Amino acid sequence: MIDPALREQVADLLWDYADAVDDDRLEEWPGFFTESALYQIIPRAAYDAGQPIGVMLCEGRGMMQDRVNALRTANIYEPHAYRHMLGRPRIAAADAGWDVRTGFCVLRIGQDGDTVVFATGRYVDRVVRDGAALRFASRRVVLDSHRIDILLVLPL
Amino acid sequence: MDMPLNAPAAEVEWPEAGVSRVPFRLFSDPAVYAAEQKRFFRGPIWNFLCLDIEIPNPGDWRLAVVGEIPVVVTRDEHGDIHALVNRCAHKGALVCLQQRGNAKALTCVYHSWSYDLSGQLQSVAFRHGLRGKGGMPDDFDTARHRMEKLRIETFCGLVFGTFSEATPPVEEYLGETMARMIRRNLGRPYKLLGMHSQMIHNNWKLYAENVRDSYHATLLHTFYTTFKVNRLDMDGGMLLSDSGWHSISYAKRATLQAAEEYKTIHSAQYGSALEGSHLLDSFTEFDDGVTHCIQTVFPTLAVQYTLNSLAVRFFTPRGLDKTELFWMYLGYADDDEEKTRMRARQANLTGSAGLVSLEDGCINEFVQRGTRGSEDHAAVLEMGGRDVASSDGSRATETAIRGFWQGYRTVMGL
Repeated sequence: MIDPALREQVADLLWDYADAVDDDRLEEWPGFFTESALYQIIPRAAYDAGQPIGVMLCEGRGMMQDRVNALRTANIYEPHAYRHMLGRPRIAAADAGWDVRTGFCVLRIGQDGDTVVFATGRYVDRVVRDGAALRFASRRVVLDSHRIDILLVLPL
Repeated sequence: MDMPLNAPAAEVEWPEAGVSRVPFRLFSDPAVYAAEQKRFFRGPIWNFLCLDIEIPNPGDWRLAVVGEIPVVVTRDEHGDIHALVNRCAHKGALVCLQQRGNAKALTCVYHSWSYDLSGQLQSVAFRHGLRGKGGMPDDFDTARHRMEKLRIETFCGLVFGTFSEATPPVEEYLGETMARMIRRNLGRPYKLLGMHSQMIHNNWKLYAENVRDSYHATLLHTFYTTFKVNRLDMDGGMLLSDSGWHSISYAKRATLQAAEEYKTIHSAQYGSALEGSHLLDSFTEFDDGVTHCIQTVFPTLAVQYTLNSLAVRFFTPRGLDKTELFWMYLGYADDDEEKTRMRARQANLTGSAGLVSLEDGCINEFVQRGTRGSEDHAAVLEMGGRDVASSDGSRATETAIRGFWQGYRTVMGL
């Protein structure tokens, strides 16, 4: 049985993360992770097969910061935004933290007004207490589909 | 009677300037697209189908595609590979439905016509009818019916298929220079490290141009320059096959290093403004000094080796203005964990979320949209000259794109 107060804290972490991405506050994005955290976006087939390469991989906040810097200053793409829809997290105690799985659906809203289902899948997270805050020690975004529409530049 | 909207042009008139001009109509005319399915993809070209390591065992099969034609690639009980149009000889239904499978026979779900792994019809349900009534005519001969077969050839684990008897053997088709580079990159056992695809909203030929376009590399893709990545890539160039159809864009590391350094990680050489510079940790695998190469095989295949990121890219039309681009990331069978980690990190540079290359996901769509209503205009491809020839020493050239169009015109008879 997971303590209801903890459940609330985990849910806040998940929703604060989604809000930061959806509100284009991406500079805050690396702060949701521990310093050496793993972030990966990977299709389900590759994940199930234990393959190491997906669509995006960050090892540590530095690589996440580079992603944000790149999409702000180097990468070229049509402006768009996400809207995350999150399912109810399943939380299980694990070594030094909690394993959290959360289904998601992300819509992509283009500058021309077009709204499409961009990605569905589940977050497979390891959440830990890092000082006073909860943070992701690892966050694997397991996509239901192996196909990305156009490109992927904003983190999911 | 109503005139059809967008009445297709009977044929494309190529500008007199030749392959330094490309009519925009080629990217948006439904008649061109329809003609390609018959004439081009069934023409004298080698189409990449899959990797042989994807069907390692007898009975394995995997779906593939040639243009829009559905194909299934099988491995039979003797270990031989076959490529068949995934279409039942009876009514034309798909025979294999799952992306991958293993079976002793291929059976159509519609009326249970059953084929061996080479596509030969073996049995037909109710052939002799039920209780002596119905059934096929007495002279119906299963030996005369089969799934349509493609000629196949495997080169360095790449399985190619062709519908044409006129297609020369793969090595001859590639030419010596191209075959040598494929052997360099794929000539030893390798494994699949991951695969995803990307749906780009443009005609397939715009990506065929884009992947051959070394001119745009540092102009559109500014990741390296923005982050002041010191690549020390001094020399580079664009090599074409004698036919002009295939190409290798390459860059070389400066050749100053001591021999001992060849076996070590050289991340320090990529000094940069990156916070997570281990992204670029790499090691020297080949002693030719080539750190980046993108090789194209006409028409829809590319093999990349950038730093240590080894990948096969394959793209295929999914309609007039849709193209699916597959990224198959590879490592060598004897890679240790450290090498695998470096390849995995470097995979961030390319693919649908590639730090260096993600712009290619939208740039071709910008051309697709930009040329709407301008079918009678043409692109101007004069960087590096107007001819089709290797460009040793410079990648500021569109010669490989002109080479693609040379091949396209030959096959299409345009």
